[in-house]
Amino acid sequence: MSAPVRRGEPTLASVTDQVSAIVLQRPTGRIWLLAFALALALTALLGAGISYLLAKGVGIWGVDMPVAWAFAIADYVWWIAIGMAGTFISAALYLARQEWRTSLNRYAEAMTVFAVSVSGIFPILHLGRPWFFYWLAPYPDRMGVWPQWRSSLLWDFFAIVAYLIVSILYFYVGLIPDLATLRDRAHTRGKQVFYGLLALGWRGEARHWQRFETLSLLLAGLAVPLVFSVHSMVALDFSEALLPGWHSTIFPPFFVAGALFSGFAMVLVLGIPLRRFYGLGDFITERHLDNLAKMLLAAGLFVDYSYLSEIFTAFYGGDRYEIAMTMQRFTGAYAWVFWTTIACNVVAIQALWWARVRRHHGVLFALGIVVLVGMWFERFMLIASSLYRDFLPSSWGMFYPTLWDLAFLFGSIGLFFVLFLLFVRWLPLVSMYELRKLAHRHGGTAA
Amino acid sequence: MKASHGCLAQFASVPALLAAVKQLRLDGYTRLEAYTPFAVDGLAEALGPVRSRIPLLMLLGGLLGGFGTLALQYYAAVIDYPIDVGGRPDASWPAFIPAALEMTILFAALAGVAGMLAGNGLPRLNHPLFGSEHFDEASRDGLFVLLRADDPRYEIGRVLHDLARLDPLHVEQVPR
Repeated sequence: MSAPVRRGEPTLASVTDQVSAIVLQRPTGRIWLLAFALALALTALLGAGISYLLAKGVGIWGVDMPVAWAFAIADYVWWIAIGMAGTFISAALYLARQEWRTSLNRYAEAMTVFAVSVSGIFPILHLGRPWFFYWLAPYPDRMGVWPQWRSSLLWDFFAIVAYLIVSILYFYVGLIPDLATLRDRAHTRGKQVFYGLLALGWRGEARHWQRFETLSLLLAGLAVPLVFSVHSMVALDFSEALLPGWHSTIFPPFFVAGALFSGFAMVLVLGIPLRRFYGLGDFITERHLDNLAKMLLAAGLFVDYSYLSEIFTAFYGGDRYEIAMTMQRFTGAYAWVFWTTIACNVVAIQALWWARVRRHHGVLFALGIVVLVGMWFERFMLIASSLYRDFLPSSWGMFYPTLWDLAFLFGSIGLFFVLFLLFVRWLPLVSMYELRKLAHRHGGTAA
Repeated sequence: MKASHGCLAQFASVPALLAAVKQLRLDGYTRLEAYTPFAVDGLAEALGPVRSRIPLLMLLGGLLGGFGTLALQYYAAVIDYPIDVGGRPDASWPAFIPAALEMTILFAALAGVAGMLAGNGLPRLNHPLFGSEHFDEASRDGLFVLLRADDPRYEIGRVLHDLARLDPLHVEQVPR
């Protein structure tokens, strides 16, 4: 017997009241305010950085030839990867009929929407003239030219746009019945109007529910291949180039595994404090954390396999540039980045084999952070170690980050948390109508 | 008296609601609606024949998105602005697939969401049921059946009698 999905004797009313009270009755709280103030301050830093960048250009970052991609692209890949897991958890577990997903899918989907939104800032700012970013879209312009359809950068643009819109739709459609619940339970006029407008007039008629369920199933079916395709496109940005270390067919699956790995880590990092501060222990149980930890380990092993496979292929293929690049990763100027990645993503996660580790929330939280750090370093390692020494020794050179590079990284984390904290205050953290369905299925018809 | 939207009855349990719907259908009512706080399996079928157009709509949306994007790329790269890159064919179909794939999924999802909202008559700002005293519970734990006033069998005395047989928690007339 494994631990239950849901503790206690839930009824339709009790799950509804418990989740909606977090939004409607619970006072804001000092910890939330403190976290929000910190996140806002970091966002202000990002805002300052963006303003300065628009005025001066990308030269405020440390990028230059030969390392013309660095922090911004690492930040972008890191964020969009985090944004993969929410939809994947929600959709794949829905298709697999895993009931335990019900407690996690809402905040994981919110995480996805915010992470993808944040990630989109970086490639746009990296364009050099960000105000012309719309040139990426195909439209009949007066210049008479079209985007380059054969470029992976264009594929990436289409992938991000499609993923952002589909993940917002998926998140919002799933919210509609819960917004109706909040509309019906709200006591102030302002909240009634706010949630009433967002709920679009949802009433829960049987045939409405049926269309809703059909759509949820089909959207989930579309979202899973979308997740895989989008992060594969991100990987193609690299593998379409000819550089040693990038020009490799393993990149798309390798990137997808990395995306799920860092995404599960973020779901744990967000879920453990939510559970603690919002009394969600009834919903996010030991079993959820245990399952997430196992999924984190599984995704991590896929990533580790990819590391091994990359190294093996370099030596087995015998290409001298690939071998030189691999040796540079082990011993070159950025070796410490490589070994940090290995320490975080290969060594540290092996602790998850032990059930005692998976049950200890503090350790799980710390491991989640370690994995997120490790995955950021991995992206930076992949980018910098291939760029700083390519085929010609005359074009070798180092990359050194500026303070603005750091400001953009930490500022983007601030922006993500501003959005997520607002979500925590304004929207239901757990999907109430799915909890009601579960309560009905397991508790008979206690109404 | 004000015109009525219908008669709303609340039931205590899902089996009672399903039984009530089936009995009312047997009685010959056709403009029946049932409101529940979650998707109850089999309830929509019990209310009458259902036909969902959402899968077809999503298929059409996906086809439009996919083939539309392929057509756009073909037009742009072959007809409107061909660029000769070392003699390679202008219509580079393998390279056209990624954008087309993403647009297939995007358009299918957009068509599905639009279809769900349109099929359900949403969004709408108000509805007679929101004037009901008990209807707030429909998004918490209330299970309701509505007999609409435009039903050919609708006659208030008969409706109240037919509903009372089914042991509802309470019955309420909803003004239009």
